[in-house]
Amino acid sequence: MTDLFVDRLVICRRQQYVGKVRFAHFDMHVQSSKKVLVATEKNVFASLNTRTGEVYWRHVDKTGPEGNIDALLMHGQDAVLVVGNGRLLRSWDINIGGLNWEIVLDSGSFQSACFVGQQDSVKYVAVLKKSAVSLHYLSNGHQKWVENLPESETVQYQAVYSGGNGEVYTLGVVPHSHITIVAYSVEDGEIIKQISVDAPWLSNIQASCAVVGQGMLICADPATVSLYMLDLNVQSQMTQIPLQSLGLEVSPGFQPTVVSTQPNPARPPHSEFFVQLGPDHYQLLQLNNGQIVALRDFKPAMLVSFATTGEKTVAAVMAPKNKTGLYKSGRRLLDTTLIFNMDPNGGKPEKLYVQAFLKKDDSVGYRVMVQTEDHTLTFIQQPGRVMWTREEALSDVVTMEMVDLPLTGTQAELEGEFGKKADGLLSMVLKRLSSQLILLQAWIAHLWKLFYDARKPRSQVKNDVTIENLSRDEFNLQKMMVMVTASGKLFGIDSKTGTILWRHYLDNIPSNAAFKLMVQRTTAHFPHPPQCTLLIKDKDTGLATLHVFNPIFGRKSHITPPALPQPILQSLLLPLMDQDYAKVLLLVDDQYKVSAFPSTKNVLQQLQEMASSIFFYLVDSSQGRLSGYRLRTDLSTEMIWEVIIPTEVQRIVSVKGKRPNEHVHSQGRVMGDRSVLYKYLNPNLLAVVTESTDLHQERSFVGILLIDGVTGRIIHEAVQRKARGPVHLVHSENWVVYEYWSTKSRRNEFSVLELYEGMELYNSTVFSSLDRPHPPQVLQQSYIFPSSISTLEATLTEKGITSRHLLVGLPSGAILSLPKMFLDPRRPEIVSEQSREENLIPYSPEMPIRTEWFINYNQTVSRVRGIYTAPSGLESTCLVVAYGLDIYQTRVYPSKQFDVLKDDYDYMLISSVLFALFFATMISKRLAEVKLLNRAWR
Amino acid sequence: MFFRSRAPVLIPVRMSCLLSFKLSVFSTVLLLLCTRFVCCNNGRRVGDALDAEFSGFSVPLEHSFEVDDVAKFRVRGALVLKAGREPSVSLSQNQLSEEDRTKLKEVAAVDGLYRIRVPRVFLQADRQTERQMEGYLTAFVRACAMVESHLSDVIALHTDVSGYLIGVSIVTFPGACRGTEVEDEVDLEVFNTTLSIMAPVNAPGPETALFLERMEQELERKGKNPQEQKSFFAKYWMYIVPLVLFLMMSGAQDQSGGGAGGGAANGGGR
Repeated sequence: MTDLFVDRLVICRRQQYVGKVRFAHFDMHVQSSKKVLVATEKNVFASLNTRTGEVYWRHVDKTGPEGNIDALLMHGQDAVLVVGNGRLLRSWDINIGGLNWEIVLDSGSFQSACFVGQQDSVKYVAVLKKSAVSLHYLSNGHQKWVENLPESETVQYQAVYSGGNGEVYTLGVVPHSHITIVAYSVEDGEIIKQISVDAPWLSNIQASCAVVGQGMLICADPATVSLYMLDLNVQSQMTQIPLQSLGLEVSPGFQPTVVSTQPNPARPPHSEFFVQLGPDHYQLLQLNNGQIVALRDFKPAMLVSFATTGEKTVAAVMAPKNKTGLYKSGRRLLDTTLIFNMDPNGGKPEKLYVQAFLKKDDSVGYRVMVQTEDHTLTFIQQPGRVMWTREEALSDVVTMEMVDLPLTGTQAELEGEFGKKADGLLSMVLKRLSSQLILLQAWIAHLWKLFYDARKPRSQVKNDVTIENLSRDEFNLQKMMVMVTASGKLFGIDSKTGTILWRHYLDNIPSNAAFKLMVQRTTAHFPHPPQCTLLIKDKDTGLATLHVFNPIFGRKSHITPPALPQPILQSLLLPLMDQDYAKVLLLVDDQYKVSAFPSTKNVLQQLQEMASSIFFYLVDSSQGRLSGYRLRTDLSTEMIWEVIIPTEVQRIVSVKGKRPNEHVHSQGRVMGDRSVLYKYLNPNLLAVVTESTDLHQERSFVGILLIDGVTGRIIHEAVQRKARGPVHLVHSENWVVYEYWSTKSRRNEFSVLELYEGMELYNSTVFSSLDRPHPPQVLQQSYIFPSSISTLEATLTEKGITSRHLLVGLPSGAILSLPKMFLDPRRPEIVSEQSREENLIPYSPEMPIRTEWFINYNQTVSRVRGIYTAPSGLESTCLVVAYGLDIYQTRVYPSKQFDVLKDDYDYMLISSVLFALFFATMISKRLAEVKLLNRAWR
Repeated sequence: MFFRSRAPVLIPVRMSCLLSFKLSVFSTVLLLLCTRFVCCNNGRRVGDALDAEFSGFSVPLEHSFEVDDVAKFRVRGALVLKAGREPSVSLSQNQLSEEDRTKLKEVAAVDGLYRIRVPRVFLQADRQTERQMEGYLTAFVRACAMVESHLSDVIALHTDVSGYLIGVSIVTFPGACRGTEVEDEVDLEVFNTTLSIMAPVNAPGPETALFLERMEQELERKGKNPQEQKSFFAKYWMYIVPLVLFLMMSGAQDQSGGGAGGGAANGGGR
């Protein structure tokens, strides 16, 4: 038994994310409001606290295009959302996050939406679809009118605009021909006028046009380098204004854009607007009585934005190195600057959101929210103070690893003593003495700190985790979580507190990249730093790059990874190590040539020696081909086996091996009659899942193949008839658990396969795939599971003594810890004496979901996509991280904390009993002696 | 024991059998493995092979063993596959030539591979042309294992649900390479092959019917046995009644005692 103190308070924590922001609006209707409303690409609509960055409330819609948020409009307390390509129109109350109303819109692909106001009050929402425009009441969503758009087959209607004068304008374009403007009456939807103006240079209204001032449409044309103006109220020609006449120049090859602002939908937009003239060049212009006047030039300028509070509007310009806010109120122009530091490991800024507010002295103050390429939101207050940052990239974690923290300086010193090579007796003694001295010093310092801390009240003792004071705890419960996100940003998160300790943004990541993270060197090899390698592969071309970094500090390693000119088919981490204790990574390219990383002489020599025992497999699911290869001494490969599953009948969905760091403690199971049933523990076994191409519910099936990855031998082949995917599978020890949808009974079912060698082992010392002639016995049983599942994983512990649990991520957000005992194909139908002896649960077809098995209690994890498990230094404890939209970290104890003393363990009692017994023995011994002596005298 | 002669030996006897591994310790048969075994090389002449009973078709079984490990496949024998509800297979194969024997030993000495391959076929096709498909299925064992087992191998052909051949596997028995010298040339002449063709087994679904049956039986048993239907009171009335009686008696005594005491007190107060 081990005695320890576990901090039971900080054991599980959850962090909520919303995803990459698509639309954001500050809540303006109350002066002191602390809310910003965001709609994201993850189909989440949320309200964030602008003081802390925390989520007030969050609505998670369906994934995919069905829940896609097309538009977000805000007015007063209402936020109007168009969802699912114009399928739904919803209005939310932004204070409490409640739904005001929701209506289903007519079909048709969504183009644009805007508020429509009259006499200074906003009453309606106009929604423009491909062939119709409709007007809805803002108060209840009811449709006021819907009108078909004229000539909608030829004209692409792209924008809708209202200036508060009782008319709704729809702007359409026939590319490279003309613009069509249709004005509807707000009252009854009657067409008031219909204008058609020649514009052979225009192809997209939303990209190059904006309405400025009293209904003046301004478009930018890159070909003639000029602005075109069209008054919507008067039927006329477009007036061309060459930008040169305003003294402006456009960067060559750049498409200029127009940015305007309409703070109140019931009033026309402001007459000031920005024109972007180059990638980092903006010009502020003003429309004055039909004339365009240049106000100010901004170069360099990365982003611009407008914000309004009360009657005052400000324009904010973000420039590299610093950030300028330009105040404009009436005719006065005021400048203030706000300087803040961008994270050097972050991406470039992408969007700028400004919250302007009136100070007590009626001047305008402002805060800004900057969104960068790496999906980070940074909220900045004057004067340049970063209030909070949200790493929204973490809403899309692709893969992760947990890395042990490094030892403290003193521990490392001690380790280093053994690591270094011996150089003489005397120096060894001296070194030993010095390290002992250092240890003593550290111990005294520790005692002093304990004494010092003990005098302070408990609440004041803070344990801030920073990258400097990171060190492994006694039982290795605190680890570094290295997370790779789809945006290409890497994070190092402390597992105990959840604080982000480092972040690193990799630019130039292809949008469809696949990632594979490998730990090449752990922290165990002091003084060599730990090393992780991330393989980034473009799914289309197969071209890959390597990023080598230190997982504790996030710094890019000085080791230059090899350039990979060929597409990569497979990568495998060998248990071989080079002289610096880095595991060897083998990369197989499309010519079936193998390259090693690191590729030092030592490694190549080892590879040559080992070549004939290095096997690997490739899967080509498009052709249904599984093939095995062997390495040759010259690092070329030869194909040694091939299995082809015809793609006409079924397709390979997934291939899963076992985790390499898994330990199995016992080789067999003791049966009721005291004999042993030995497990078939083949480390090279692959579980291949196939799904039928025929999706008819009577004929569809799910196939399970167990193949030896070295010899290509099909160990077991089974089909689950009348079943369909998605199949979730866990493969561990001698068992495979999978979950599928039964089309016959319309329910989810779990099935478990267990493999046994039988009553005797063929070769008990070592397992070789090349020498196991007997096929294993395969047992299988299935169960009904009352819920669909999102993901499946098994717990993992240090030595594999602890019983296993399955961690099931449910769509409800709960994570179920299901004992593997319930998924045991030996569960008997009829209870016998022997099965009782073995502690087998009698078979029942339904698998229960007990709410006390939820390891995350009420802290649901939205859209859980993956669960990662890692062993800790304690055998009883397994670290669990669930990731999806949220990230949740906890510890699980599948066999309870059998190696940990309870908190209420009575030290006094046990020690007093021990002492009492000791003295009792002493006394009784003495008495016995006296008695013996007396007897001898007699 | 098998027949040894210099003439091309061979032939097929069909011995289709259904094996069910019943694990004695299990109360139920948990696994039903359907295999169809065909044993070969029992010493009949080639001519007998073309029996009329085989309406199946034949595909070559090829093997390769080279010192430089570059595969050069040559015909080892002919597999005769018979389609149908229960596909069966038989094998007719030649002896190893003198040259091949020495080569096999050489390959074994350098720890080379002994590979086999069969063409991909579709068993359920009606016409011969549809049966053959592009590509081969390959498998291997270590050549030394082949030598040390005296050419005793077990070849299994795997089909998928619809009758496509998807994989082939070969193991030798015994499978290990211990470095024992095979002196007798005759040991390496004749293949002693155990051949089987396996279709995927049907994975069991949840056993609801059996479970319900058992539940019903249990209910019935309970219904028949009135002993278990008895309530708590019915079971233990003989203990409860005296206890209650005793309590009532003692309670009554107390009350009368108290009443008397009260009376006395009243009296005292007067």
